[in-house]
Amino acid sequence: MKPAAFDYLAPRTVAEALDALAAGAQVLAGGQSLLLEMHLQRVHPDLVADINRIPGLDALTVSDGTLTVGALVRHRAFASPGAVPGPLGDLFGRAVGYIAHPPIRTRGTMAGSLAWAHPASEWCALAVALDAVVELRSTRGTREVPAGEYFRGPFQTAREPDELLTAVRYPLLAPDTGVAFTEHRRTGFSFAQVAVGAALTTRDGVITEARIGLANCADRPLRAHAAERALVGAEVSSWAFAAAGETAAEQDAAPVPEPYADVDYRRQVIAVLVARTLREAVPV
Amino acid sequence: MKITLSVNDDAYPLDVEPRRVLADALRDDCGLTGTHLGCEQGVCGACTVLVDGEAVRSCLMLAVQCDGVPIRTVEGLAGPGGEPHPLQRAFSAERGLQCGFCTPGFLMLAAGALERDPALGEEEVAALVGSNLCRCTGYEPIRRAITRAARDHQKGQDGRHLSA
Repeated sequence: MKPAAFDYLAPRTVAEALDALAAGAQVLAGGQSLLLEMHLQRVHPDLVADINRIPGLDALTVSDGTLTVGALVRHRAFASPGAVPGPLGDLFGRAVGYIAHPPIRTRGTMAGSLAWAHPASEWCALAVALDAVVELRSTRGTREVPAGEYFRGPFQTAREPDELLTAVRYPLLAPDTGVAFTEHRRTGFSFAQVAVGAALTTRDGVITEARIGLANCADRPLRAHAAERALVGAEVSSWAFAAAGETAAEQDAAPVPEPYADVDYRRQVIAVLVARTLREAVPV
Repeated sequence: MKITLSVNDDAYPLDVEPRRVLADALRDDCGLTGTHLGCEQGVCGACTVLVDGEAVRSCLMLAVQCDGVPIRTVEGLAGPGGEPHPLQRAFSAERGLQCGFCTPGFLMLAAGALERDPALGEEEVAALVGSNLCRCTGYEPIRRAITRAARDHQKGQDGRHLSA
């Protein structure tokens, strides 16, 4: 199918974009999910505001220990070594290769992934695991929503229709943090059946902090709080990681059945993948 | 909306609806039917073209987004005298096509990757070909063709730059 007819605006400033949103516009950034949805006629806006010509929204900046990702930062930016400092950059670099494929990563944006809120999204799972904050602006003002409160369900977020997701902020990870990202899917083309991102810090062989993000383990991205609580204070061991995997699968996850992955299968994969990700994340 | 598409160094002044995707504008308005449209969902990659030097899905961009931006399609690969591009020669030599529907997309995907990184390694090529769908030849000959073009280019066996 072809997209239904709409009017097109290419605002040059955020203020112009916000006016368009107040008038009911749908935001076009990378377009890799919006145009798909429009082809499928699941979304049919009367007005599309293309924000690609607004200067400054493509900025990727670090200050005071916080990474700020502008609305137009493409997935591919995170594949460049050093684009984001330290373990946070390492974690993003490990995750980005799982997102679609190169031509999609060239156009698509991290902020767009958070706006779309696909339950299998790698970025959304990392956002909740890393305590990201989503900046939302409208003609009514600016507000910041913690990622943990932002995702409300499949393709549902706290963003109001007239709000522009202008930036995502992440606290940098401490230099001694170990990170890993793993994903299970049917083919290289498929969405994740399960994806897991983890960040671990240890002292003298004891886990002092654990962050585990789960993609496609529920109707929205999750942070595996119960598994994390079980890990903190435990000694680094395969046994502890296997137990954390079981906890994540049984207590944190709420898998939704899919055609090729029923709930039992998904819990099995979650347990295995969480344990594997944690083992890989042990700081060296 | 009035726009001008700049395709393979030719200007195409067009009057298009905003909903016109780049692939349709190339095929139906510019008459450049070398770009194929398969799934129209960003999955198959048959519509891959270079926009500002980058391989993108032309079904997932609006024509109005490309006003004045340099675009290259498969028609722009051959040299001025019509001699095949090194990638086209390599696809032929390695039997990298059968029905040919996916070929323009693979060629432009590879052209974009090679222009970005002429030292494209075998692993990168293997990952790259997963971007597009081929339903008859399979990926192995396509992988070999892109690898051969990259290798020939690095050896300088080809007198012409890949972007020529």
